[in-house]
Amino acid sequence: MPPQVKRLALLFAIFIGLFLVARYFLVPKSFGEHGHYRGLSLVENQDQEPKYAGQKVCNDCHDDLMAVKAANDHKTISCETCHGPGLIHANNPDSLPLKPAGREFCAKCHSLNAARKAENIVQVNPEEHNTGQNCTECHNPHDPWEKMR
Amino acid sequence: MLSKVDGFIYPNEIELNWSVLIVLYPYITGLVAGAFILASLERVFKVKVLRPTYTIALLTALGFLLVATMPLISHLAQPQRFYEIMITPHFTSAMAIFGFIYLWYLMVVLLLEIWLDYRRDLVLWSQEKTGVMKHVYKILTLGVTDLSPKALKWDDKLGYAITVIGIPSAFLLHGYVGFIFGSVKANPWWSTVLMPVIFIFSAMVSGIALVMVVFMVVNYIRKKMIDMACLDTIAKYLLIALILDFALEGLDQVHRIYEAEESFQILDLLVKGKLTYTLFLFQWGLGMLVPILVLAYFQMFKSKERLRRILYLITGVLVLVGIFFMRWNVVVGGQLFSKSFYGFTAFKLQLIGPEGSLMAVVWLIVPLLIVAFLFWLLPPWKRHAEPET
Amino acid sequence: MGKDEVKSRRRFLSNAAMLAGGIFVSVSNNSIGALLYATERKDTKGPWYGMGIDLEQCIGCGHCANTCKSENGVSREPFYFRTWVEQYTILNDGSVKITSPNGGIDGFSQQVPDEDIFKSFFVPKMCNHCEKSPCVQVCPVGATYDSPEGVVLVDDSYCIGCRYCVQACPYGCRYIDPVKKVADKCTLCYHRIMKGQLPACVEVCPKGAKIFGDLNDPGSDLVRFKKEHAWQVLKPHMNTDSKVYYNGLRAEVR
Repeated sequence: MPPQVKRLALLFAIFIGLFLVARYFLVPKSFGEHGHYRGLSLVENQDQEPKYAGQKVCNDCHDDLMAVKAANDHKTISCETCHGPGLIHANNPDSLPLKPAGREFCAKCHSLNAARKAENIVQVNPEEHNTGQNCTECHNPHDPWEKMR
Repeated sequence: MLSKVDGFIYPNEIELNWSVLIVLYPYITGLVAGAFILASLERVFKVKVLRPTYTIALLTALGFLLVATMPLISHLAQPQRFYEIMITPHFTSAMAIFGFIYLWYLMVVLLLEIWLDYRRDLVLWSQEKTGVMKHVYKILTLGVTDLSPKALKWDDKLGYAITVIGIPSAFLLHGYVGFIFGSVKANPWWSTVLMPVIFIFSAMVSGIALVMVVFMVVNYIRKKMIDMACLDTIAKYLLIALILDFALEGLDQVHRIYEAEESFQILDLLVKGKLTYTLFLFQWGLGMLVPILVLAYFQMFKSKERLRRILYLITGVLVLVGIFFMRWNVVVGGQLFSKSFYGFTAFKLQLIGPEGSLMAVVWLIVPLLIVAFLFWLLPPWKRHAEPET
Repeated sequence: MGKDEVKSRRRFLSNAAMLAGGIFVSVSNNSIGALLYATERKDTKGPWYGMGIDLEQCIGCGHCANTCKSENGVSREPFYFRTWVEQYTILNDGSVKITSPNGGIDGFSQQVPDEDIFKSFFVPKMCNHCEKSPCVQVCPVGATYDSPEGVVLVDDSYCIGCRYCVQACPYGCRYIDPVKKVADKCTLCYHRIMKGQLPACVEVCPKGAKIFGDLNDPGSDLVRFKKEHAWQVLKPHMNTDSKVYYNGLRAEVR
């Protein structure tokens, strides 16, 4: 065999050998368990702490309020839609969740918009409907028509 | 930032993901592949008149290839994890073969070919020089100091074989980049069968132009008479490559205009709006049509040597700029319109910063410095005479 | 040519042939599979999650987008959303205006007077968790993948941030997180659904316009949704086998 080929074959063998050794140490251990990815990543993605508790948890303490809500027009709305993430409060009742204030919050659902169907949601024009007043002055958020019956 | 939106874009599309550094990578690998193809014209296809540019083309290709990875790595959001592409390549992704193609081309094709071509000179220089350089050349010989006629014949045979392998390797080195874009079905500006082919032909154009310019600059610096037969032949091959490239790009556009698929309206607005200057003026006008006309004129009519030299230089530079803008129009152009086809965003190229234009200039100058260094280390014009037979 | 040379040439050829044959067989087994993208519904025993979106119910309140950012700690910059809402307004002259101000988190208003409006509606968007996901196909290192439950996820500690997946997604649902500096997108609240909870956006939707469910469970809400409505997916011609099914999807929606 010509001297060039011998020397080059040796050098390439060393290079590939070093590469394979490096690869052995660098590839994460759980790689390839379920597919071409790190198996541990499935666990890591599950480990994130939830912030929203889910309505069922609220019912444990607030069943009375929830019964009122369930009997009226806001029954399809989850508590945390308006009150924000509630898991911290569920574990530590002294840490209070949000209480939406101001007209802008209710307007997010109820402001007049051609894209909203009237039969799907009650709408008002926030610029004309009782301007200056807070929505909760007339509407109980858990029983919106309470004062109008 | 929202002020740069025109119409509607998906909210996550507001910022361009691939900026000027990703424009640079196909540009640089294109120069490498093109320069190598020119060198192979002499070695494999026996176009002897190109001999003066053989080693210049190879060393230029090497200088640029050494820098090619840098724009990619510096563009990553997690550059320190770049090695993952080598140890767990996901073979459904065209990008995954980057590491292997790059290493293959660098080590097996370019470095080996240069080493085999220079081996005799390296051995002789290691014997002639003194001090540090003696040891440098000795290391570069890799310990293969046999200069017998049989060994030299093996240099030649192996070098020839590597050049033959090198031609499809060069196509693969740059073609896969074209495939990276051409296979993205989500983007109608990129998704075309012709993309790898267009990339390869524009690579040949840019590589030939680069070697032509380097050849002229080097001869000017060394105050030597340039080999006009060689230069005229390079210009002829540049013209052929330009015509083929122009035909392919033209076909791509004509096909798109004719079929006028769902994406046509937004692409039409893109081309006539945001890409007007970069596409019509720089890429096609100055970068292709003017060079084609100039080079075709010189092929058809007699002219003074001095005029040809000056215009070859200008043409070479125009082509290099034009092909840069071709990459720009593909990479940046493809991200300017929304995948909803309902609007556009804008690209603000910063001056400084890791993805700024200064960074791009750095990655274009460093390879030229490397090439200058290679010309000093392995001077193509100080080669030893052929051995007495 | 001496006998030794002939023998060594024969040996070389047979070795080469064996090597080539071996490579050919292994490549042809895997290459077809390798060229095909991600997953099919391999395991019919486990859950296979998807989402239904009822455009007849969506009122564009933006709570889903807001809640998602809270639940998942996504940066509150005006862009980069795991889920967002678009308002489509089709004018009487046929032109289409679409807006998504801050992803819909701050609510919507019409830019056009009511008398010019032919039709208007909201379209919530999110990762489609495609069965043949192009983003999984193009990831060069294996940092984004399809979980055994059909949820497309990102491996935060492996992603190199090359942004190829962001380019490959036809729906624009991926982005590079400005803080984590890796690819990010809707995870279908994997950390919630694996504990038996609903995804956060489904939990808070006031009209029940988002329906989460197991496609492998014939009794699930999602399967019932697919049976009762003539559902469509976004960009069906892309053949991504998206698992987000829309009821009431109109042709103007892209």
